[in-house]
Amino acid sequence: MNQKRKIRVLVAKPGLDGHDRGARIIARAYRDGGFEVVYSGLHQTPEEIVQAAIQEDVDMIGLSSLAGAHMYLFPRVVELLKEKGADDIMVCGGGIFPEEDIPQLKKAGIKEIFTPGTPLAEAVKWVKENVEPRT
Amino acid sequence: MFAKETLQRIEADNKKWQELFQESVSKAPERLERFSTVSDRLVKNLYTPLDTKDLDYAQDIGFPGQYPYTRGVQPSMYRGRLWTMRMFAGLGSARDTNRRFHLLVNEGQTGLSVAFDMPTLMGYDTDSPKSRGECGRCGVAIDTLKDMEILFEGLPIERITTSMTINPPAAVLWAMYIVMAEKRGISRRVIGGTIQNDMLKEFIAQKTFMCPPKPSMRIIADTVEFGTKEVPRWNPISISGYHIREAGSTAVQELAFTLADGIAYVEAALERGLDVDSFAPRLSFFFNSHLDFFEEIAKFRAAKRMWARIMKERFQAKDQRSMWLRFHTQTAGCSLTAQQPYNNVIRTALEALAAVLGGTQSLHTNSLDEVLALPTEEAATIALRTQQIIAEESGVAHTIDPLGGSFYVERLTKDMEEEAFEYIRKIDEMGGMVAAIEKNYPQMEIADAAYNYQKQIDSREKTVVGVNKYITEEELPVETLQIEAELEEKQIQWTNQLKNSRDSRKTKEALEKLGEAAQGDDNLMYPILKAVKEYATEQEICDVFRDVFGIYRDPGVY
Amino acid sequence: MSIADKIIAGEIRAVARLIRDIDDMVPEAREVLKDLYPFTGRAYIVGITGAPGVGKSTLVDQMVTHLRKAEKTVGVLAVDPTSPFSGGAILGDRVRMQRHSMDEGVFIRSMATRGYFGGLTQSTKSAIDVLDAMGKDYILVETVGVGQDEIDIVRSADTTLIVLIPGMGDDIQALKAGILEVGDIFVINKADREGADRTISDLRLMIEMDEKRYENGWKPPILTAQAVFDKGIREILDEVEKHATYLRSSTERQSGIKYEKVRNELAEMIKDKVVHDILSDLIQSGEFEEAVQLVLQRKLDPYTACDNIISKRLKRGTK
Repeated sequence: MNQKRKIRVLVAKPGLDGHDRGARIIARAYRDGGFEVVYSGLHQTPEEIVQAAIQEDVDMIGLSSLAGAHMYLFPRVVELLKEKGADDIMVCGGGIFPEEDIPQLKKAGIKEIFTPGTPLAEAVKWVKENVEPRT
Repeated sequence: MFAKETLQRIEADNKKWQELFQESVSKAPERLERFSTVSDRLVKNLYTPLDTKDLDYAQDIGFPGQYPYTRGVQPSMYRGRLWTMRMFAGLGSARDTNRRFHLLVNEGQTGLSVAFDMPTLMGYDTDSPKSRGECGRCGVAIDTLKDMEILFEGLPIERITTSMTINPPAAVLWAMYIVMAEKRGISRRVIGGTIQNDMLKEFIAQKTFMCPPKPSMRIIADTVEFGTKEVPRWNPISISGYHIREAGSTAVQELAFTLADGIAYVEAALERGLDVDSFAPRLSFFFNSHLDFFEEIAKFRAAKRMWARIMKERFQAKDQRSMWLRFHTQTAGCSLTAQQPYNNVIRTALEALAAVLGGTQSLHTNSLDEVLALPTEEAATIALRTQQIIAEESGVAHTIDPLGGSFYVERLTKDMEEEAFEYIRKIDEMGGMVAAIEKNYPQMEIADAAYNYQKQIDSREKTVVGVNKYITEEELPVETLQIEAELEEKQIQWTNQLKNSRDSRKTKEALEKLGEAAQGDDNLMYPILKAVKEYATEQEICDVFRDVFGIYRDPGVY
Repeated sequence: MSIADKIIAGEIRAVARLIRDIDDMVPEAREVLKDLYPFTGRAYIVGITGAPGVGKSTLVDQMVTHLRKAEKTVGVLAVDPTSPFSGGAILGDRVRMQRHSMDEGVFIRSMATRGYFGGLTQSTKSAIDVLDAMGKDYILVETVGVGQDEIDIVRSADTTLIVLIPGMGDDIQALKAGILEVGDIFVINKADREGADRTISDLRLMIEMDEKRYENGWKPPILTAQAVFDKGIREILDEVEKHATYLRSSTERQSGIKYEKVRNELAEMIKDKVVHDILSDLIQSGEFEEAVQLVLQRKLDPYTACDNIISKRLKRGTK
């Protein structure tokens, strides 16, 4: 009866942007996909997000941003994870991004970027296929 | 609205027609299993006079400029003046945005509307650690009066009105605007415009918050009181459904929660001892225009009727201007898609048309690239042109309320009114909107609606062109606006310079006075004006509020 | 450094990882727990339970603030229910405590009930041991007080807070069923709401009716609070302190409580382990499915199927 390891995800809203429709919908979709979702709430600094991710021992952080500050906030999360020796935690992003930012974000270590219009099922499937619960 | 005998005949005919319809679809079935609006309201195959038989023309519909104002708040509507074309704009520094404003005014825009960046919206200066990476990203960065002065340089604010989308620090930015105008020799009795200043919808939907609900309501009541006495052409609150809808609500929820917020503000002002007719004419509204054409038109019409009834029956307003629901509309940002972004021009055009047919007083049309970034000049111009084509080419503004009397639209208007009043009744039972928010009631209703809608899109029950149907692999490239990377550093230096050059003793004194006023009951607008004049920064003023009133944190319901 | 050493040294990642392993029932975690046991027993454990929406997380958040001001280190375990449909969960309690995330003296962990085969009680207790061993002075365990599992969890706390809000008349009646007996302190949160007095008097009546239980002992106080406004928190912590003093005041009582606790916990652990080991073995070998099919086809009654399995297994277990 050794149950399979459960995927744990932190859904976080970095920065001052309060638009949390996307974050809340994706949190529900992940729950319905069978993951344990920790929600960090609004207005979080990258430092607070990383600390939460480590204490909660999540496999992935899903960052949601709609107000254009992603080029600083997202890479900063990756950087801090590295500093804390926790860069085995995967970071993904969702929200509104100019196309030319996406390759740069990926270069900075953001594993995948989800833009508006991504079906929930696809977002869940992606996690199932790409996130191995760490052992 | 029809004689009894006529209705009886129609009823018989309708029965026969329904049989004909059934026969027809038994051969070739209907193309959808379920016909429903964006808000998941079921739509019948046909609407007839039978669907409006419970309506009384004089009581429920009436004439433009007459109670209950279903057909418009002014008698002449667009035959007199067109709606105000007011494009929401803000990017980078005050200087950058000033340039954009001049462009828009030159292209025929008739009102200004300021978008602020996140730190400004939340009451932080650019140099706050919380502001890192956010300066100028989603609007213009304003730290002090100096920035406000640059923002409006050369713009005719004595004759053009300005709307400022600002909430927790609304009083501060408004004070900066007033002082800026007065420094240019323009009296506060002359300037016109709107501050959004609607905290209730922030707690419900947009989540830009600073202090807890109760002190937030106190600051708002202060602004209403001050405006009533000193800035008579200003709308001190724009009661907003826009963000409620963007957060994923249905059309009825948008309608109900917005009007319930309005009720709460009226009650707060009445508690101050203000006479309802002294302030109510200056309350304005702000709605979303989503993609479901008729549902949106019905929503606007229902809103006008409901507010008139609420003001007259619930608050015993006497002045007819108190019963007018004057509203600004913005097309739905959440309906735009990153895929095939040029399609957004068409979406926006349809939504704008619905707003016009619903009788809006002013309108912002989204740019095609707003789902990717702040709009470029080209994209913003196309959006403005969309309004001009509706206004001056399409002919829809030639007659007033052209859809009044449509069986479908009148039925929808009535149904939405009833459902929204049912929500308001529930909220009243909970003890009003502040209490309902504390119970997370509107928040949860919206979250459920948002999730259901997303699932309908995913299951393709609802079509989104280019997203779940008619998908193309190749996408036309869209150019997006870039905000210069050095902006943040420059803005911090600029504000620091200003801090060093001001009379810091006077600034400190003004802030202390503000703190004392906040602890007491005095109207806060006067000490805020004083602090602004002494070049206190936005955050310095907001920190006083945070110290005295406490900080509100996300209750985190989902 | 061994994992146990890292945890005793307070290494956050090691602590977080071990709790994960406990939750995922990784066999190695048990070995680490054995090593850690000598370092447990020092933290003071407070259970906080109540229905959804009564403001437990906000209360916990404020308690953390007060404890930190008193220079105590704090561990928080926030347990939320797993969705029975998907097996997933949204763990949202952290939102209300997130302001402590940068404080090195605070460790917050969200756990899901997960639910099957009663693993919850055991894994939460083990997580408490981990936070205890890492040196936290106080451990606050927050659960939604609805099921037996949750009651069992709070039962293992030194002091248990039951949180209610005004206007819960019927719910108080329902509380009788189980949770009332485990409450050491009752907190009426959101006490500015209408009906607070009524809730207090209802509760008082129920406690008083049970007078015998509280004879010569601890009579649960009823406190009011408005956690959002930081009102009443100091008083709650004072009562926790008083209760702790009461527990310590008689060595006889203290050893009695300890005896009960160890006895219960050991029994629980054996039960869990037996169930877990036998069931997983049965599932892996296919015997379980075989028995299910037999019963399903009505070739065998479930009583016999069970007896067969147990007698076979237990024999094997004793060899």
